[in-house]
Amino acid sequence: MNGFGGWAKTWIVRFAAHTTAGLIALFARLLTAVRGIWQGADPLEVQRIYYANHASHGDSVLIWTVLPPRIRRNTRPVAGSDYWERGRLRQFIGRCVFNSVLVDRGKGGKVDPLAPVRQALDSGDSLIFFPEGTRNTTDAPLLPFKSGLFHLARTRPSVELVPVWIENLNRVMPKGEVVPIPLICTVTFGTPFTYQPGSDKKAFLQRASDALLALSAGVREVDHG
Amino acid sequence: MGSASNDLALVFGGVFLVLVFASALSAFLRHRYSPDGRNVVLENLDARIMSWWAIVLLLAFAFIWGKTGVIVLFGLCSFAALREFVTLTTTNQADHWALAASFFVVLPLQYTLVWHEWYGLYSIFIPVYAFLFIPIFSVLRGDTRQYLVRIAETQWGLMICVFCASHVPALLSLDIPGYEGRNVLLIAFLVIVVQSSDVFQYVWGKLLGKHKLAPSLSPSKTVEGAIGGLLSASLLGASLFWITPFSPWQAALMSLLITHMGMFGGLVLSAIKRDRGVKDWGHLIAGHGGFIDRLDSVVFSAPVFFHVVRYSWT
Repeated sequence: MNGFGGWAKTWIVRFAAHTTAGLIALFARLLTAVRGIWQGADPLEVQRIYYANHASHGDSVLIWTVLPPRIRRNTRPVAGSDYWERGRLRQFIGRCVFNSVLVDRGKGGKVDPLAPVRQALDSGDSLIFFPEGTRNTTDAPLLPFKSGLFHLARTRPSVELVPVWIENLNRVMPKGEVVPIPLICTVTFGTPFTYQPGSDKKAFLQRASDALLALSAGVREVDHG
Repeated sequence: MGSASNDLALVFGGVFLVLVFASALSAFLRHRYSPDGRNVVLENLDARIMSWWAIVLLLAFAFIWGKTGVIVLFGLCSFAALREFVTLTTTNQADHWALAASFFVVLPLQYTLVWHEWYGLYSIFIPVYAFLFIPIFSVLRGDTRQYLVRIAETQWGLMICVFCASHVPALLSLDIPGYEGRNVLLIAFLVIVVQSSDVFQYVWGKLLGKHKLAPSLSPSKTVEGAIGGLLSASLLGASLFWITPFSPWQAALMSLLITHMGMFGGLVLSAIKRDRGVKDWGHLIAGHGGFIDRLDSVVFSAPVFFHVVRYSWT
């Protein structure tokens, strides 16, 4: 009986997660008419780290929405466990709907916070990664990158790195606002690159950051003053 | 003059035949001149025609549904258009309430007033009340940077995308003696004449166009296209007099009026696009661009058409 109960529960959770995923993507499209622009890369089923600017909680949802379903299935957002472990609804959305890789951003932990991320890469998953480490609420387009992206690239050098620029989502729902306003958003995928053995950490992070900024300059058709 | 639904069926039948012909012609041209799909103009033409099919089907569905259908359809168009407009405006976080109110209060309220046929209020609600209250929402946040630009652009967006567009369904509320129950045909007349003018301008421009009409605004508009387009659409409008309360001559003059408004509407909204450095307002209507790209001529002509009919025929 227990076995059947567990089986039924798993399928109910899966069905709920699938439905919720569809609803979230639909809501994102209604609000932002989001469009993925594959400028420098083709949507291929290659193992990749999609690294993006981070200004809103909806960032990974937007990238996830524009990924073709077959790629979406194997692409997992990396998110902070301090946010996504709080409350059952967030747990459900973080774990079951988006299949997130949750990392402990707390300082002073003895374990390597990137261990679950490496594990996900080893099992063949692609990742959505925010190298700024936290949401950017400043006027600067990007915060300095944390070293996480470098360590992932160095230890898993075969994985392609794809810069992804998310435009306008920070205007849809700025920090501290409750009601989102409808604005058109775009998600632009830049040219993939890989880690060159022996790269210096600072230079590597600078290069990754520059690639993302260059992408944003091309996307930004309008200066929003 | 048959019953309203018979005439509507006849009009849609005609539009349907035109689309079948256009699709066949496009397929032939592509087969002949763009077998590898490399001719940009022909591929864009094909995308445009496919989008026309979708637009015509949506309009037919809304007309069959009746007043509610037309109001819901144009309300959704206003939403999509305002979303495109605000995306390109100079707003910042201090305008957040003002923008949220524009989308979720002003827009639905305007269409509700149109549904209730409350002419006295829907014709001043945005020009007066939104005009006064939207800046109040913004000023409460205390950010004065580019304040006038921000509130003026928001108000302009509301006027164009909501106020003007809502005058299309408002045509349903006009009481024209001897025309009872046929008002939906006025919408069909307006949309067919103005949109066919855009199509005719495109076709004449592609066939004969030599002299650019306004090179700094719209690289594809030509004098030949404009003259041919306005005249062809007005002839079409005159031939559609039987679905309107107008005589053939009145239908022709009315068509000239709304096609001119439509053409200038297209130029005005092109000027804004050029200023903001974009080619299209959006991307949701394949081949055409955004909702504003397709609706620019209709929003500029609808209020003028509405008022001329209202003062002269009711």
